[in-house]
Amino acid sequence: MTRINLTVDGAKVADDVEPRMLLVQYLREKLGKTGTVIGCDTSNCGACTVHLDGTSVKSCNVLAVQADGSEVTTIEGLAGTYDGGDLHPVQEAFRECHGLQCGFCTPGMIMQTTALLAENPDPSEEEIRLGLEGNLCRCTGYHNIVKAVQHAAAQGQTEGAGS
Amino acid sequence: MTAVQDAPEAQKEIGRDRRRKEDQRLITGRTRWTDNITLPGMLHLAMVRSPFAHARINGIDTAEAAAATNVVAVLTGADLGETQGACINAWPITPEQVTPPHLPMPSDRVAFAGEIVAVVVARTAAEARDAAELVDVDYEELPAVVGLKNAIKDEVLAHPDLGTNKSAFWRFDSEEAGTGGNVDAAIEKARVDGVVIEREYRQQRLIPAFMEPRSVVVDPTGEQVTIWSATQIPHILRFALAATTGVPESKIRVIAPDVGGGFGGKLQQTPEEMIAFAVGRRLGKPVKYTETRSESLVSGHHGRDQWQKLTLSAEKDGTVTGFKVELLADLGAYVAIVGGGVPVLGAFMFNAIYKFPAYQFNCQTVLTNTTWTDAYRGAGRPEATFGVERMMDELAAEVGVDPMEIRKQNWITHEEFPFTTVAGLEYDSGNYEAATARAMEMFGYDELRAEQKRRRDAGDTVQLGLGISTFTEMCGLAPSRVLGSLDYGAGGWEHASVRMLATGTVEVVTGASSHGQGHETAFSQIVADRLGVPFENVEVLHGDTQIAHKGLDTYGSRSLVVGGEALVRAADKVIEKARPFAAHILEASEDDLKFHEGRFQVVGTDQGIGLTEVATAAFAAHNLPDGAEPSIDAEATFDPVNFNYPHGTHLCAMEVDTETGAVKMRKYVCCDDIGNIVNPLIVAGQMHGGLVQGIAQALWEEAVHDDAGTLVSGSFVDYLLPTAADTLSFEIDHTTTPATTNSLGTKGVGEAGTIASTPAVVNAVVDAVRHLGVTDVQMPCTPERVWTAINAPGRGHDGGPATQEAAMPHFDPDAEPGPSSTEGAGA
Amino acid sequence: MIPAQFDYLAPTTVEDALAALAEHGDDAKIIAGGQSLLPVLRMRLNAPEVVIDLGKIASLRGVRDDGDAIVIGAMTPHAVVGSDPLVAEHAALITKAVEHLADAQIRHRGTFGGALAHADPAGDLGAPTLALGAEFVIAGLGGSRTVPAAEFFVDLFETAIGEDEILTEVRVPKHTGWGAHYEKFVRVAHQWPIVAVAATVRVDGATIAEARIGLTNMGNTPLRARTVEDALAGQPATDAAVRAAAAHAADGANPPSDLNGAADYRRHLSTVLTRRAVLAAAGG
Repeated sequence: MTRINLTVDGAKVADDVEPRMLLVQYLREKLGKTGTVIGCDTSNCGACTVHLDGTSVKSCNVLAVQADGSEVTTIEGLAGTYDGGDLHPVQEAFRECHGLQCGFCTPGMIMQTTALLAENPDPSEEEIRLGLEGNLCRCTGYHNIVKAVQHAAAQGQTEGAGS
Repeated sequence: MTAVQDAPEAQKEIGRDRRRKEDQRLITGRTRWTDNITLPGMLHLAMVRSPFAHARINGIDTAEAAAATNVVAVLTGADLGETQGACINAWPITPEQVTPPHLPMPSDRVAFAGEIVAVVVARTAAEARDAAELVDVDYEELPAVVGLKNAIKDEVLAHPDLGTNKSAFWRFDSEEAGTGGNVDAAIEKARVDGVVIEREYRQQRLIPAFMEPRSVVVDPTGEQVTIWSATQIPHILRFALAATTGVPESKIRVIAPDVGGGFGGKLQQTPEEMIAFAVGRRLGKPVKYTETRSESLVSGHHGRDQWQKLTLSAEKDGTVTGFKVELLADLGAYVAIVGGGVPVLGAFMFNAIYKFPAYQFNCQTVLTNTTWTDAYRGAGRPEATFGVERMMDELAAEVGVDPMEIRKQNWITHEEFPFTTVAGLEYDSGNYEAATARAMEMFGYDELRAEQKRRRDAGDTVQLGLGISTFTEMCGLAPSRVLGSLDYGAGGWEHASVRMLATGTVEVVTGASSHGQGHETAFSQIVADRLGVPFENVEVLHGDTQIAHKGLDTYGSRSLVVGGEALVRAADKVIEKARPFAAHILEASEDDLKFHEGRFQVVGTDQGIGLTEVATAAFAAHNLPDGAEPSIDAEATFDPVNFNYPHGTHLCAMEVDTETGAVKMRKYVCCDDIGNIVNPLIVAGQMHGGLVQGIAQALWEEAVHDDAGTLVSGSFVDYLLPTAADTLSFEIDHTTTPATTNSLGTKGVGEAGTIASTPAVVNAVVDAVRHLGVTDVQMPCTPERVWTAINAPGRGHDGGPATQEAAMPHFDPDAEPGPSSTEGAGA
Repeated sequence: MIPAQFDYLAPTTVEDALAALAEHGDDAKIIAGGQSLLPVLRMRLNAPEVVIDLGKIASLRGVRDDGDAIVIGAMTPHAVVGSDPLVAEHAALITKAVEHLADAQIRHRGTFGGALAHADPAGDLGAPTLALGAEFVIAGLGGSRTVPAAEFFVDLFETAIGEDEILTEVRVPKHTGWGAHYEKFVRVAHQWPIVAVAATVRVDGATIAEARIGLTNMGNTPLRARTVEDALAGQPATDAAVRAAAAHAADGANPPSDLNGAADYRRHLSTVLTRRAVLAAAGG
């Protein structure tokens, strides 16, 4: 067991974990942050995307021990990074544009979108599509996801991204 | 003028682009996926799976695994015995069908790579996995049969005891059925004085690849055993559990909580569910099993997998005279719950929108030592649509006319509806001319044809091709009598109930089971209009057999057209039950009451009472008519009299790089007639997603087994799902001819995009390079296949070389790097 | 999805890391960004007893100017390399290759040295570093040594890094003013390249003065297309001249056959992609 201390969605947490525990398993099993989900075992799908120290990562591809001392934001804490309401503008945009159906890829899509917009607040459609190439969706055909990202960008309110 | 007539018309919910009720929890991570469920003392399962496609099990040594840390039990098929039940085939397509017994966990022989041979139960998932590595299985490898054309020879048998790989042969013949002429005669005549097109097409094997891996939690600690499962079919699963284990159905509660996609892939009664049920009951503790993606790809059922031998006859001018279909369909190792019924659904659709005077459909289902196959989005209809739409393009090329002209020449005109087809179905409504005209206009067909000619004339490296698919489908599964006539094991009705709560809200219970479609939103819209209550005040409950006690679940584009109609009927019954109460309270005659926008109004007066007020009165029951039952709740079960028949025209422009074979979509437009639309936002989402799944069959996806029966495309590294960067934005529109067989006039939409798009894309790819001698490219149209077709036109019909049966070695254990070079970011 | 048990060490200096490696030998694996190692561990294709994390060694991160070369620390994330102005100015080929390496999340976490040490023949960084004549600085308990790129890549997933050594930095000779292009051929965006070509050229007027070309996934290691380079030198940057030279791209290559294409198809692809890469690099 290895002792880790980190901040998740604004709360300080400390645990003894097996070194083999993945960050996504730590979030889900130890912290009950089940909003972040596991969709594959090869790091292709991006469903587990969270922010680690301000940038998007696939939390299946990080050991919990590697996140020691870091700050993690999940879909459950995203709205808290934006002081404008109950939803982050990217969350609102996904609902407004019907950018989700079953919703399983959605936490990862939203977390990657906020990271994308933090780096590039006014992306072209091509830049949006390339920026989401690490996130698979099986329901939407991506059409409305792209629309949602465009909608969020147009709102110009991405202050909370990447926190 | 009465007060009622003076009232302003409230905005109708049906037709509104309501944002979804489901989304708030999904966008905030406040979700209940099955894998999120944790119960006190819950144990975790890990499966031991066979690496061999076909092997005898000579022994299983579980001692070391059983002794591992925190392992509670290691169980084999022999240990579970009859308690494991069986996986059922609900649709034996012929009385003679050869059906291998399918135990969830066989103890003597495995028939595909990935089949479960033992289960480890431990206190944590990690410990269960650790111990699973310690189970020592003594396999005696047997020859495996892989591939339809090998299996049909019956030289190597998937199940030696059965004596054959041939499971069932199913035929429909229009002459025998009295729906048309003799197809062989039509073909023979055309050989003399007409046109005969003969082609063989491959429908490659696909994997549904829903994003949420399957998961099951079993809690046996109550009077009823509760099962949470990532399933499309909670009701059917409960039936199958009861029917095959002997546990009374009333002692089983199945819950499908939030379910992350299905596309047919979750309409199975799975070995994993059966094993979890048996282990939970045996140990008396809650258990959970969640598959990995690799396990999902190898053990969840696959779809498609056919060879299609097609013969189309026509007069010299292109007027079709006959169509003969001979299919080989790969069932995999077992006959799944729908199994051979999937290709048979195609029997009614190969004739599509065309007036074939003679038609014959033949299907031979075959067993192999591969993952079982079953329904995947479209289920039988995409295969049929692909076959006929590819053939119509080939006919146009042979006759020398534009492919749209050949279709117009042969399709059913809008004046001819209702139209009884050569396959015996009655198409109730449609207008192919209107949808096509709109699609052609959106597409800019003539301009693109002109550009194509310019590029051909100039010999451009990148050539342009246009692809057409004028499709129809049958959906809304299904009229129970039709299913009965096809020997399907259940009906096709759906159930709904409407509960009027005392506080003014409405609970709607449906037997359909949502897994991403948006039932909660669309069904709320229907009920809000019907009962005149606010959209926000309707709560839709589903996916729990204890709440929705009766239902046949979600697949085959049935939820709205069957389940929605059940809902309408239940709502109407509520109104009729409320009417005498309202009359009693208003001291008026029932005949003087008019129900409008949620109120019973006494005609010609300003007196009235709201339906929700009647509900409150019924709850109190203080002032009801003598002898009245104090309830206005109602339920209804609807059995459709017919399928319904969405149709549309899909147009696709593809660019083909003739130097590399790379293909790129330039434009995709479609105009679909899906009848009346309840929520255009949800409909658009269904179309977009369906389109990409169909396009992905044309271009990217293929489940490949090697000769030994190992699934080579066994992870998302090798089973290629498209990303946002590989797709484009679509242009979609609708024309509307309401269905005549349900009161909302709706048609199914869930599968339309997938059914229609595949042939449009392949037709476009072939069209781009037909002038180079290419007549076909096998799916998926990989750059290598396209390039080979261009550069070896003689092989074009075969679509180029077979895919190499090897994956890239990124995670190859044999290519293990040294200790200081193990790491990196090439992923 | 759950790796086998291992012990975890997170040294804060290269010396401590080397000591740990010496102590655990064969039983240890090094983790840098972990973007290739963790999938391997999750699928239990490998099960080291000890994992040594280089993530806490600050000296391994960053890009610096070192006279005639730029030096990229092995633990510098791809995203940092990709946006670094020194790299863009003096080794534009690397900037181009990193731009579409894997996906955004993996570029945030994966590291330059980690990817090179992993030595996946389909990895995107081998061909550019080979083409640019990079040198690999490898630390051992006895000190550091420098290995030229041509000797660094030994075989499939095998490099010149010894069992008790660590890659610390990569020195890339400055190619200031050279045009560069990385032509990557995939079926879907999130795939490793089926074939890719890394080309950087020095154009003098309308003439290609010098060209450096690396091939990805055309053999067990990244390859240098020297025949093409020689044929291009002094040629005009025209389609015809480049086409003639690029026809030799696959000379000596031994590409794999897999789901994405047979060896012969890859050979053909390499000639087309080489022409396109060189023309794009020469054009600016």
